[in-house]
Amino acid sequence: MAAGEPVAVHRVLERDLPSAEAVELLSLVTEIARDQMAPRVTDDERHARFPRDVFDVLGRSGLFGLPYPEQYGGAGQPYQVYLQVLEELSRTWLAVGLGLSVHTLACFPLASFGTTEQRQEWLPHMLDGTRLGAYALSEAHSGSDAAALSTRAVADPAGEGYTVTGAKSWITHGGYADFYTVMARTSDEGPRGISAFLVEAGTEGLSAAAPERKMGMSASPTAQLLLDGVRVPARRRIGAEGQGFPIALAGLDTGRLGIAACAVGLAQAGLDAAVGWARSRRQFGRRIIDNEGLGFQLADMAASVASARATYLDAARRRDRGLRFSTEAAVAKLIATDAAMSVTSSAVGVFGGYGYVEDYPVERYLREAKVLQIVEGTNQVQRLVIARGLAGSADPQPAPANGFGSAAG
Amino acid sequence: MKIIVCVKQVPDTWAEKRLDPATSRLDRASGDAVLNELDEYAVEEALRIAEATAGSVTVVTMGPERAAEALRKTLQMGADAAVHLLDERLAGSDAVGTSYALATLLAAREFDLVLLGSESTDARTSLLPAMLAERLGLPQMTFAAQVEVDPVARTVRIHRQTEAGYDVVEGSMPAVVSVVEKINEPRYPSFKGIMAAKKKPLETVSLADAGIDPEQVGGDHAWSAVVDFAQRPPRGAGVVVSDDGQAAHQLADFLAAEKLL
Repeated sequence: MAAGEPVAVHRVLERDLPSAEAVELLSLVTEIARDQMAPRVTDDERHARFPRDVFDVLGRSGLFGLPYPEQYGGAGQPYQVYLQVLEELSRTWLAVGLGLSVHTLACFPLASFGTTEQRQEWLPHMLDGTRLGAYALSEAHSGSDAAALSTRAVADPAGEGYTVTGAKSWITHGGYADFYTVMARTSDEGPRGISAFLVEAGTEGLSAAAPERKMGMSASPTAQLLLDGVRVPARRRIGAEGQGFPIALAGLDTGRLGIAACAVGLAQAGLDAAVGWARSRRQFGRRIIDNEGLGFQLADMAASVASARATYLDAARRRDRGLRFSTEAAVAKLIATDAAMSVTSSAVGVFGGYGYVEDYPVERYLREAKVLQIVEGTNQVQRLVIARGLAGSADPQPAPANGFGSAAG
Repeated sequence: MKIIVCVKQVPDTWAEKRLDPATSRLDRASGDAVLNELDEYAVEEALRIAEATAGSVTVVTMGPERAAEALRKTLQMGADAAVHLLDERLAGSDAVGTSYALATLLAAREFDLVLLGSESTDARTSLLPAMLAERLGLPQMTFAAQVEVDPVARTVRIHRQTEAGYDVVEGSMPAVVSVVEKINEPRYPSFKGIMAAKKKPLETVSLADAGIDPEQVGGDHAWSAVVDFAQRPPRGAGVVVSDDGQAAHQLADFLAAEKLL
């Protein structure tokens, strides 16, 4: 097979789904990915174009609020379904799958910790597919040590609102989002001095720096978010004053599952491409997949993808059943993103020289995989979470100085 | 306005199609099946007209059991009801038999407009819209790239796509209209649509239910038959033309020989 010919083994995966409607949902997502995303992912990534219109299609199809209650305009789907949607999107375009994960994370604090009035007022607009969210926790000097954040929210003497000043880093959709869930310091009491706020795009004093120039996922804008005396009404504070850090951590437990699912989608894409290539590429008079050495390498890749998928689905199903899943989410994020790294690296190897050039997508997959080991808690932070669970100090409330979480945004 | 859309389930447009050597019919069982792409445009147009006129959309198909999947998709897109003409004796019907069966089914129903895609991606004959209109004794308005209805005057006006541009064709309702893909951008179902579709009526109708004469449908009564078929020959190697001053002539000769000029 000559270079430049399409290599496509985009099988429809037979998924273990809990309901007929979930099967239909995944089939819809597969169709959207095939028709609206696959034809342009390469070009948009190369030219760093944010596909806002693709998010519009996802929004119109009701994918912006999958795990949230139907009474607020969500789809009321269990996490095991929502995450498989993220996986399928990421299999075609990581920036889109991860973007939807970030949006869903940005809705989490309000959906889980907002008052009934707050939820009734804002959540339907956040879930109806017209408005994209962003999650602003990390700062330049507070990544893994998220509790060290220094953005300030100073309360008015009258108690009507806050004036927020500071800079947030690594914000996915920064400058493009319609709303931002922002963690800011309301007192100096370390992790207990942080509060969560819902900030509208377009609020005076809120701006974004130029997007970062990244190693991969160029179509997904990542930017610093600058808050220069941004006025936030008190009723836009989510949870109590000082409750922001536990809220952020709870969000990240869930967000990690999203990253794990995205990682499995990317790994699956690498596997699909490698298998397609190995079936058609001929050397020494036979298909290279018929060489045992290469076949075994593909088998290892397939095993990595399958075990990573099983790991995140286990955590998701625990969450859906109301069991503890914090450790399992950390395990899933660790396993799945490491799998994405190794599988995409192997995929480049399977392609040989063709894998190293931009004519095929596998070099992009490899570049994209790296970020997944870093975002929403580096994999070392995941190990920290798992180890603390083993040590018997898994209580997330008294967040230690060297806390959790990282560039969710 | 009451609109009926006729749709067909076809083998996945992206998949390689094969004929079953035993029956000389398309092997519909081996691959994925989808709603014929052009029919999505007809459904979309019907939904838009219905939304603008507070009307309703009923989607009709004739096909094997799994063709109900195509109907379900149209219900998810927003159609109000679906009718599945399902009978083993319909298998192998040609366009003549299919148009007879559908016309018989439709004649017993109330409608203002019948919409169809201008062709199916498997058979590609484009015969059905015209045959259906003829059998129903209604105006046929085919290859519409734009449809305007006037529910008060009970007229429909289309831009009929031609090789040169388009003709404006107007007719009275009820009418049969086939659409081309230029007409609109079909919507995707939404999750709410998926949920809502479960509660919508999907009626299954047999030949007897619809009063269709079994002697006029099915492969045994088809007016056309596949006598023989062969695999498409594998693609040969091309000719490399290097420019020694004559390349343009050679290219022109090649195109002329292939009747492309």
